[in-house]
Amino acid sequence: MSKKSLSYQNNKSLLSVIKEKGIAFFINVANVVDYLKNITRNLFSNKFEFQEFLKQCYQIGNKSVGLISITGIIIGLVLTIQSRPPLVEFGAVAMLPGMVAVSLIREMGPVITALICAGKIGSSMGAELGSMRVTEQIDAMEVSNTNPVNFLIIPRVLAATVMIPILTLYADAIGIFGSWLGVNIKDDVSLQLFITQAFKSVEFIDIIPAIIKSFFFGAVIGLVGCYKGFNAGRGTESVGIAANSAVVTASLLLIIVDLIAVQITDLL
Amino acid sequence: MEKNIIIDIKNLKKSFGDQKVLDGVTLQLHEKENLVVLGKSGSGKSVLIKCIVSLLKHDEGSIQVGDNELTDINEEDLIEVRKKIGFLFQGAALYDSMTVRENLTFALSRLKEEFSKEEVTTKIEEALANVSMPDSIDKMPSELSGGMKKRIGLARTLVVNPKIILYDEPTTGLDPITSDEISNLINDTKTKFNNSSIIITHDIKCVKTVADRIIMIKDGKVYKEGTLEEFTKDSDPYIKSFFK
Repeated sequence: MSKKSLSYQNNKSLLSVIKEKGIAFFINVANVVDYLKNITRNLFSNKFEFQEFLKQCYQIGNKSVGLISITGIIIGLVLTIQSRPPLVEFGAVAMLPGMVAVSLIREMGPVITALICAGKIGSSMGAELGSMRVTEQIDAMEVSNTNPVNFLIIPRVLAATVMIPILTLYADAIGIFGSWLGVNIKDDVSLQLFITQAFKSVEFIDIIPAIIKSFFFGAVIGLVGCYKGFNAGRGTESVGIAANSAVVTASLLLIIVDLIAVQITDLL
Repeated sequence: MEKNIIIDIKNLKKSFGDQKVLDGVTLQLHEKENLVVLGKSGSGKSVLIKCIVSLLKHDEGSIQVGDNELTDINEEDLIEVRKKIGFLFQGAALYDSMTVRENLTFALSRLKEEFSKEEVTTKIEEALANVSMPDSIDKMPSELSGGMKKRIGLARTLVVNPKIILYDEPTTGLDPITSDEISNLINDTKTKFNNSSIIITHDIKCVKTVADRIIMIKDGKVYKEGTLEEFTKDSDPYIKSFFK
């Protein structure tokens, strides 16, 4: 085969690959739009599954609270231990509680909580719904006159949206406690004094945007986890793919949403 | 005497992309009849029954269930159609996160909202007794064997007292003894509840036990229709390959 014809064949296969990927991308976009449209339409129907919503809230809180407690304490400790030496050098060690509190409340608390929940809850939603899809449980639900969007997706998305801000506030509190433990490795400061000093530096503008963005983080985790699971393929390997893809996509989107939220907060 | 037709399918077509799965299937299900749809894997049998409950939308043709035509059916009418039809899925499709009791309660409360708590409990116990599984009421699906899951799946279907039951490969993946038990259960259900069934299968032993009439599907079309006797006596090599 001549070099020219070989090169033509390579170009052709490259073009067809680009075409296939392009088509797959647009199909994906159309599916996402359809999914969001479906959720929005059903969200305002009068068939809200309140029991399922409460169950999901409990599951999300129960599943994540242990992990968030451990991570929160460690983040608070690490931030304090790492920040102390330079602050001691500049004679500004009194600013340590405030600095840790602001960084925890504004950024570390919401982002770390959301990333942990993306791993823990997002993957579990992807795997659970994916497995339900593979074993025809979602079809069985439809045959029983139950709209799977109403019963499976909306309660999970809303539960994640409500619970992530609550878990974030909890992570902030635990992180500050961890920081107090860190300070007490070298110094002797009472918890009351530490908290008073910490909240002297925290303003209203630090807390509100952080809570607002954690609502969006929760929505992203719920939407992505459910989308990946609900649209899983028919084979058993699809369950693993759905769970993995839910974590990766949600984590990436969380970072992008955080970037947008920081830009918006900066304008305020 | 000619029996009433309760499902009437005419020229049904369904494709997935370029792949034609159903290419003009026409069939009728009569009252109090067990109709077996036979065909090799991938011949579109499961797609056919999923179209009957609108889990899949057909591309062309018509499906009439009772007085309702499923093409462009509205949501309220579809709810009424689904109340008449029970569906036993291939793997039973029990909800993993619910106990047997909750699985049955879910089906009952979603399809028949008029029952009190006591009535629901009575109906669930009756349905489980009908499939000889009264002791499994508080078990999780993960604690049940394949055959037990099929029985509970059938109980979940029976609890809403459907006029029509669609069985998607009811004996697949089961040992011969359990397969026979499920086949006999299909017959018992018909005798006891006077319902009509479409049974999708390629298990000839099951066909011989349950079939009143058989339809064979090949390449998306009805290849042959007749009684068990007509099929077993047929000299067509393709049909013989099933009944040898």
